[in-house]
Amino acid sequence: MKRALPLHLGLIVLLFALQFALPAYHHGNLARIMVMATFAMGYNIMFGYTGLLSLGHAMFFAAGMYGMGLAVTQLGTPVGPAFLIGIAAAFALSLIVGLLALRTIGVAFMIVTLMFSQTLFLTILYFGSITRGDEGFGIKQATRQIMGLDLSDPTIRYFAAWLLFSLTLMGTLWLVRSPLGRVLIAIRENEERARMLGYDTWRAKLSAVLMSGTVSGAAGAAYGVLFGYVGASFAQVPYSIFPLLWVLLGGAGTVIGPLIGALFMFYLIDLSSGVTDAYMLVVGVALVLLTLFAPKGMMGMVRERWLKWLP
Amino acid sequence: MAAVTLLSTRDLCRHFGGLRAVRDVDFDLPQGEIRALIGPNGAGKTTFVSMLCGRIPASSGSITFQGQDVTHLPAHKRISLGMAYTFQITSIFGNLTVYENVALAVQHRLGRDHAALKRETLAALARVGLKARADQVAGDLAYGHQRLLEIAMGLGQEPKLLILDEPTQGLSDGEIEEFIALIREVSANTTVLLIEHNIPVVMALADTITVLNFGEIIAEGTPAEIRANTHVQEAYLGG
Ligand SMILES: Nc1ncnc2c1ncn2[C@@H]1O[C@H](COP(=O)(O)OP(=O)(O)OP(=O)(O)O)[C@@H](O)[C@H]1O
Ligand SMILES: [Mg+2]
Repeated sequence: MKRALPLHLGLIVLLFALQFALPAYHHGNLARIMVMATFAMGYNIMFGYTGLLSLGHAMFFAAGMYGMGLAVTQLGTPVGPAFLIGIAAAFALSLIVGLLALRTIGVAFMIVTLMFSQTLFLTILYFGSITRGDEGFGIKQATRQIMGLDLSDPTIRYFAAWLLFSLTLMGTLWLVRSPLGRVLIAIRENEERARMLGYDTWRAKLSAVLMSGTVSGAAGAAYGVLFGYVGASFAQVPYSIFPLLWVLLGGAGTVIGPLIGALFMFYLIDLSSGVTDAYMLVVGVALVLLTLFAPKGMMGMVRERWLKWLP
Repeated sequence: MAAVTLLSTRDLCRHFGGLRAVRDVDFDLPQGEIRALIGPNGAGKTTFVSMLCGRIPASSGSITFQGQDVTHLPAHKRISLGMAYTFQITSIFGNLTVYENVALAVQHRLGRDHAALKRETLAALARVGLKARADQVAGDLAYGHQRLLEIAMGLGQEPKLLILDEPTQGLSDGEIEEFIALIREVSANTTVLLIEHNIPVVMALADTITVLNFGEIIAEGTPAEIRANTHVQEAYLGG
């Protein structure tokens, strides 16, 4: 904790300070990236720390987003409480998915999470009369207020995204150094051994799914509130693959990795699409190179080579 | 001295398809004893103790631990009641450090008490002579040291019943001497069930020996009695 705490707090301070230094374009990007990094940190709890590979995390992001959005549009709930409703929806979905999907392991687990996520996507389309289907719906600017603060204002939006990100970062840091976190890592490394040391590995995995899904849902709800849009594309397969990629690139099982991965991928796409139409090719090549030369992701490599203590 | 029975089984069976790996075993283990379980390869020793600790379910029969029927209890609950099992095929957390491996064993008992966790983890490592290697990655250890790490994890659990499945396999002669001394020390407050092929180790440690052959107990007695038993001679002790 001696070295890890200053490092992570330093990162949080740096991100806070950046909002005064960055030009408007990057300022807006970074707010978005911090929300997506929160999504990825949620994903990392299951994949990076517990070794559970989900292919359906879009459903948790979408559950948070639609839970919040529908509360606003259908029930007229203010966005503050609606945000909490979004989190509760993601928690409830995590519980259902956890109880059912954890009966399987390995490839079957991946398929089951994928199917659940597709089911949620189709459900959103099916109830098109209230979800507006593919098209989605906006959250009116006038309603995006908490305690008199206008969440569509870039500075306040940045601050809100920063707050969500920072709480999740510190929460993850605390988790992975807590007794439960160490058990999750033990499960990732050798589940049978963890069980034979007396740990109820099924319960520990369920709590990992609950934390992971709920954090991902909080990111989805925040995204809807801060950017004013709720849409079915967020429930589709790409949004299940993105967090996996971000975590892999940044370093699975590192606290900072998800941010680094999301940041890297965003700017890789942003910069290469400015230069060439074949930007997906550039992205593809970069991903292949990283996988070849830093198979544990960027922070994973940093940990291996220099900072052995990195959590 | 009429000892309390710590663990017993009745009619315990395990089939693998048509193979009857353990057949109708009635077994009683008094508290405080060092019991050796011997028998030829494939006799069913690992299968038998795996049923005791819940690693695999029994096909039929019952298991009682400290007077409680544990036959259908999941493994982690049996461990929490005070059993520990060290694997025949080394099973450690290869990517974690030696310290973290043992800390995981100790943590289950101590929970959040940080200072005690550290103290007892280092103590368990010191007992097997691995304290100096605490910060090494466990997977990098030599095979013999990995075996010792398994034992340290068992000790860290401070179990009432310590089940050791061929612990001396891969240890040097010097390490085996130390192992014998260690188990004598441990047995002061722990019952030990020891599966072992190394007969000198068995003779040095065991209060009682149980001999398993084709899934059945064919003899049970003191080391002297077992040595004199002609059935055992034929089945196992080199004929
Ligand atoms: N999971 C399994 N599936 C099928 N057969 C098994 C399984 N585990 C053990 N067996 C069989 O059950 C029998 C008993 O095996 P077990 O491992 O218990 O023997 P053992 O006495 O521990 O032998 P060793 O001294 O070689 O460790 C063997 O014939 C073995 O092949
Ligand atoms: Mg065996």
